[in-house]
Amino acid sequence: MSMTQQAEPAVGGPPASAPKETDGRTARRPLALRLLARPEVGVFLGAVAVLIFFLIAAPSLRQGSSMATVLYQSSTIGIMALPVALLMIGGEFDLSSGVAVITSALTASMLSYQLTVNVWTGVIVALVASLAIGAFNGWMVVKTGLPSFLVTLGTFLILQGVNLAVTKWVTGNVATDDISNMDGFDQAKKIFASSVDIGGVEVKITIFYWLAFAALATWVLLRTKYGNWIFAVGGNKDSARAVGVPVNFTKITLFMLVGFGAWFMGMHNLFSFNTVQSGEGVGQELIYIAAAVIGGCLLTGGSGSAIGPVFGAFMFGMVNQGIVFAGWNPDWFKAFLGVMLLGAVLINLWVQRTATRR
Amino acid sequence: MDRSSHSRSRRLAPVVAVAAAAALTLAGCSSSSGGKKSEEGGSNASAGKANTPRMTVALVTHQSPGDTFWDIVRKGAEAAAAKDNIKLVYSADPNAGSQANLVQNAVDQKVDGIALTLAKPDAMKDVIKKATAAKIPVVGLNSGVSDWKKLGLLQFFGQDEGVAGEAFGKKLNEVGAKKAVCVIQEQGNIGLTQRCDGVKKTFSGTTETLYVNGTDMPSVKSTITAKLKQDSSIDYVVTLGAPIALTAVQSVGDAGSKAKVATFDLNNQLTSAIKKGDIQFAVDQQPYLQGYLAVDSLWLYKNNGNYSGGGEQPVLTGPAFVDKSNVDQVAQFAAKGTR
Repeated sequence: MSMTQQAEPAVGGPPASAPKETDGRTARRPLALRLLARPEVGVFLGAVAVLIFFLIAAPSLRQGSSMATVLYQSSTIGIMALPVALLMIGGEFDLSSGVAVITSALTASMLSYQLTVNVWTGVIVALVASLAIGAFNGWMVVKTGLPSFLVTLGTFLILQGVNLAVTKWVTGNVATDDISNMDGFDQAKKIFASSVDIGGVEVKITIFYWLAFAALATWVLLRTKYGNWIFAVGGNKDSARAVGVPVNFTKITLFMLVGFGAWFMGMHNLFSFNTVQSGEGVGQELIYIAAAVIGGCLLTGGSGSAIGPVFGAFMFGMVNQGIVFAGWNPDWFKAFLGVMLLGAVLINLWVQRTATRR
Repeated sequence: MDRSSHSRSRRLAPVVAVAAAAALTLAGCSSSSGGKKSEEGGSNASAGKANTPRMTVALVTHQSPGDTFWDIVRKGAEAAAAKDNIKLVYSADPNAGSQANLVQNAVDQKVDGIALTLAKPDAMKDVIKKATAAKIPVVGLNSGVSDWKKLGLLQFFGQDEGVAGEAFGKKLNEVGAKKAVCVIQEQGNIGLTQRCDGVKKTFSGTTETLYVNGTDMPSVKSTITAKLKQDSSIDYVVTLGAPIALTAVQSVGDAGSKAKVATFDLNNQLTSAIKKGDIQFAVDQQPYLQGYLAVDSLWLYKNNGNYSGGGEQPVLTGPAFVDKSNVDQVAQFAAKGTR
């Protein structure tokens, strides 16, 4: 992944190529400063700072297997933070993303169990349902012009209620039945929730998906027309539309991308824990959004990257697990978490300011 | 709103996909093991019905949505209501102020009895006074064992969380544990904290507390893994809820730790985990019994003037230990989601 690639969108045009030099009026700034001005560099330095801090504070963190635990936690946030970040670059929010993960898991689990079919049937139906929820969010936002905050808050509440009511109605309980002895389960578990042995360390497969998705998202953002559209609709919707960017299409597909992420994480939850409790997922949406924002995505849209949220999620996972590895008094857990995150964001901010000051 | 046929056909896509999946199902894609088909068709216990006049009882708890435990309480309450010719109105809110509002709502409806939980007793004080003033009998269940009498409740059904924790600690001594970590899935919940404190009181080894985020299972899993890696001397993981216990078993595996898992509260999967030996034992406070007795006691009070516990002592529903020796007997009820 190239960090030096400048991603200022050329609206509707071909991907940004290297600017012409030696104009005389705009002297090129030193490489270091140009690097620092990238949105993800601040968070990268923040993440490194947090990592070094905990490596010193928590001796038990210094083994490979501990790092695998941190990365696993980061990946479960990061896989969702990626589409959430792309959506934010496109100028919208999704507050329903946390419960949507559980909706997807519940759908797959209950459908397979109740109809006694191969779990893959449930997995596929859940994918369709998740994409449909995303499409509904996007369609509501572009058709009504309402803020996505409101629309997705509505979806959030609907899904929360539906998750509970339908689960109770179908299973008679508030958690789904165990599907781990059904056909296709082992296969699906391999794909969504297995781990790989690397040099004696169990590495969860979600970590690889996380990094692969991030690479793919970076490529899409920086090298494709669709990537330019995302920046354009997030920057200025009207001028984007004026130059021929399909604004509605872009926004709806971005919401559907979040739906895809929710499906993927939902399947991970289902196949690693066999059953799903219908009340889970609430509050996760804020963590995804936080990881994206810490990763340099603007809350107002139009700016950000795909690699930034990777470090944002890593920072979250690192702080979360680092506190435990350090063995600090757990009563202060949430406070530590808040302080560390604020500190990391301040480093991020300071780097940005230093870099852009002439 | 735009309703062109084009966009309609696009909206039909999910429907078509679901239909396709259903077709796949019929086309012989069914699972040869597990699933609903393997389930035995057991019917619920039924023991006739009272012919006393219809009465209405409100059950107001501090349940947060989608929590297995409270679902079992509710099932107990519903069973009692069905037998006693009672119309049961169930409502819940984890926020103390909102729970008090729900009780007020029941008072406004002029119900014949109220059963409520006292997770935050102070918040319920005023509204209980209003109920008493309106001559509505109020009973407590689950949480509030130290406050129910002060607040003027008729009777109380539940487990003393401290007592349960102490029993748990003694059991840990019996099985020879040295160092336990007590996993709290909701920071600041009094009942959960009392359990861990009770364990600490009687357990002769050392106890540590660990907070996890109960609404995010992957994070629960990695946090417990991290703790076990940080301190390899931990030989017992004490969890305070069944789903957390099942996740803790995975964490122990991930961490390559030799620690054993024991828990408060039961569910269906947990009983099979006890059978398999993944989980050593569980303390059951019999939530079904709490819901059942609370509702039934209001019927007894109205129709026969009875006070359970003589109106002086709480009626304890726990701690009942479930381990390999008696799990088979409990499992058949857990499978129905009532134990």
